Amino acid sequence: MEHFRDSGRNAPVADRRVFHIVLSGPPRPGLAAKIQAWWGGWPWGQLALLAVFAALGTLFIGNVLENMARIGILPGFAFLSSSANFEIGESPIAFRAGDTYLRALVAGLLNTLKVSLLGCLLATILGVAVGVAGLSRNLLLSRLVRWFIEITRNTPLLLQLFFWMALAKALPAPRQASGVFDAVFLTNRGVYIPSLYFVGGPFGIVAALGIAAIATLVLIVLLRATGRLTRRSGMVATGLAVAAPFAFLLLVGARPAAELPALSGFNIRGGLNLSPEFAALLTGLVVKFAALIAEIVRAGIQSVGKGQWEAARALGLHDGHIIRLVVMPQALRVITPLTTSSYLDLTKDSSLAVAIGFPDLVSIVNTTANTTGQSMEALIILIGAFLTINLALSALMNIYNNRVALKGSRR
Amino acid sequence: MTTRLARALPGLRAGLFGTRANTLVTLATLLLLWQTVPSLLRWAVLDATFTGDANACTRAGACWAFVTAKLHFILFAFYPPDLQWRPLLVIVLLCAILAASALPRFWGRGLILAWPLTIVACWLLMQGAFTATPIPSNQWGGLPVTLFVWALCFAAATPIAVLLALARRSNLGGLRTFAVLYIELMRGTPMVAILYVAMLILPMALPDGLSIDKMLRAIIMVTLFWAAYIAEVIRAGLQAVPNGQAEAATALGLGYWRIQGLVILPQAFRIVIPGIVNLAIGFLLATSLLAVIGIFDLLNAARASAADPQWLGFYNEAYIVVAVIYFVICFGASRYSQWLERRLGNNGAAPA
Repeated sequence: MEHFRDSGRNAPVADRRVFHIVLSGPPRPGLAAKIQAWWGGWPWGQLALLAVFAALGTLFIGNVLENMARIGILPGFAFLSSSANFEIGESPIAFRAGDTYLRALVAGLLNTLKVSLLGCLLATILGVAVGVAGLSRNLLLSRLVRWFIEITRNTPLLLQLFFWMALAKALPAPRQASGVFDAVFLTNRGVYIPSLYFVGGPFGIVAALGIAAIATLVLIVLLRATGRLTRRSGMVATGLAVAAPFAFLLLVGARPAAELPALSGFNIRGGLNLSPEFAALLTGLVVKFAALIAEIVRAGIQSVGKGQWEAARALGLHDGHIIRLVVMPQALRVITPLTTSSYLDLTKDSSLAVAIGFPDLVSIVNTTANTTGQSMEALIILIGAFLTINLALSALMNIYNNRVALKGSRR
Repeated sequence: MTTRLARALPGLRAGLFGTRANTLVTLATLLLLWQTVPSLLRWAVLDATFTGDANACTRAGACWAFVTAKLHFILFAFYPPDLQWRPLLVIVLLCAILAASALPRFWGRGLILAWPLTIVACWLLMQGAFTATPIPSNQWGGLPVTLFVWALCFAAATPIAVLLALARRSNLGGLRTFAVLYIELMRGTPMVAILYVAMLILPMALPDGLSIDKMLRAIIMVTLFWAAYIAEVIRAGLQAVPNGQAEAATALGLGYWRIQGLVILPQAFRIVIPGIVNLAIGFLLATSLLAVIGIFDLLNAARASAADPQWLGFYNEAYIVVAVIYFVICFGASRYSQWLERRLGNNGAAPA
């Protein structure tokens, strides 16, 4: 705004004349003409075709409503507040049979989000590691990585999930399970890992992380809006946003505590228990998408020309610096958009949970549709939720992509 | 042999023990292999049971006897045993048309005509035409179902995808908006949700008296779903054809459809064929989702085979067999895609 006002005041005379000529030119096209231009050629044909689609849609929806009426189901979302008489195996929020369908669906959505977010995070870490290992000059390692990638890429994800599920069920019972460093136990009742938590605070560690994430996002958006976002201010904002909730917890007297899982009686107590279904789903998603991301990372790094390495070496940089300062900034331009679509695919593929019995959004929607008969509404909720997640994720990744993209080529 | 080995040896030594760091990596990798490979080998070969019945199998090793006994079931599931030459013929037909489509020599009008004919022939064979009792689709299963659904949906989705891509690229505002909404809706939705629509909504949406079986409903919805993905790949190809082509064709007095059909689409297809092959590989893997709605495709048949009371619980063996089948097809296809990319890259001109 400032900029425009300045240039207006100091604009040379010639500019003002141009402005004048434009004003007295032919009248700008009206709204109707604009719409007509946008609608383009073959106007009536388009209209007829769209009318046919609309008629088909109306016919189908009409049939669905009629069929629902015949079996005595009232269309609409009123069922959300009636009580759901099923149990959910695991849920981030408390859920008992008798709670509302809305609560059940939220529990399913949170499960989907939990496994998707964790999956994206772990798949990225593992994928980058595997991708870099695949580029290693060591023949044995790169060959091994090649085979790992080919096998995971060329077999169905569902098959891999079944395999991990069979493996999870075949693990020893808690009594026979041997711990890894006495901290992680793989048993047929799930995976036990150490848990971290705060004793005596108003909220837990997950909530603290959630607050930190939201605060970071808000601060970054604010900085962007005021045009003060730089690498440094972004880091400071992130640091503050993460430190604040934990500092608050410590100030009000909460003490951090860690708990190791330990065998007591016939079961393992303490620590965090990941159910076999969750562990299998997460492992399957992480392994499959790590292989995909590894391929993307490899392609990205290989897309950086040899000359770049040679020039950087000639400047006397050593390998670590070359990768961080020269190769990665260029490789990220290739990697980021491809990884984004991997993340979207991972989120969508987390819906395979329904096949191995993890209560994600899809399986809750399925149960809801079967118990209430409101299948259309349930599926509308399902598709709407996934569209929203997808749009949000791709919007976030677009912001990041704009940061790494070639300056001047932003679109 | 020995000379080749001698020539490869220096490279091998440099690749494994070139520098100190490299030697360390080799040793670490060997340690990892030492931890995993022997126990795998013991399970798969040394402790495995190759012949006999379920009682002969120990839990310590793999039970390959299970595979010999149940391979038939994994491949054909519940198809009536005395008629299993029909699905076998379907596999042969589909492999033949796929092989013909894979070779640039056969690309042409004949192939486009052969596809629908093959699909119809497969359909007739599967449903037991010309026999006393038709075979309902809930008895179909195994590899032929996987291949058939895949080929049919892909073949049916491609023309829809071409129309969607053309609409999205056109200057017809109404149709363009429709195409964008359709494509983004489909691509934002998981395939499982689409299959649930086929299972739960489609039967209710059809007019009274018209009911179609589960297999056909799944095929319809999967076709509509895949069309959106193929459309995006074709659109990339359309964008890569220079504007001058369409302008030159217009100058020659061709109409829209002839421009697209004779000038633009052939070039666009040639550009995106590797992309389409990659998409096809993904789709073949995705057909396994049919298991979620209870269709006995290859994967579900394998799972069902291990639920046989006589051979209870040999899931790992069943999954390995299926994994090998999927792997052979998909790995072969991805190698083919690389070969094709090189070939099309080498001589951009149309191969005769």
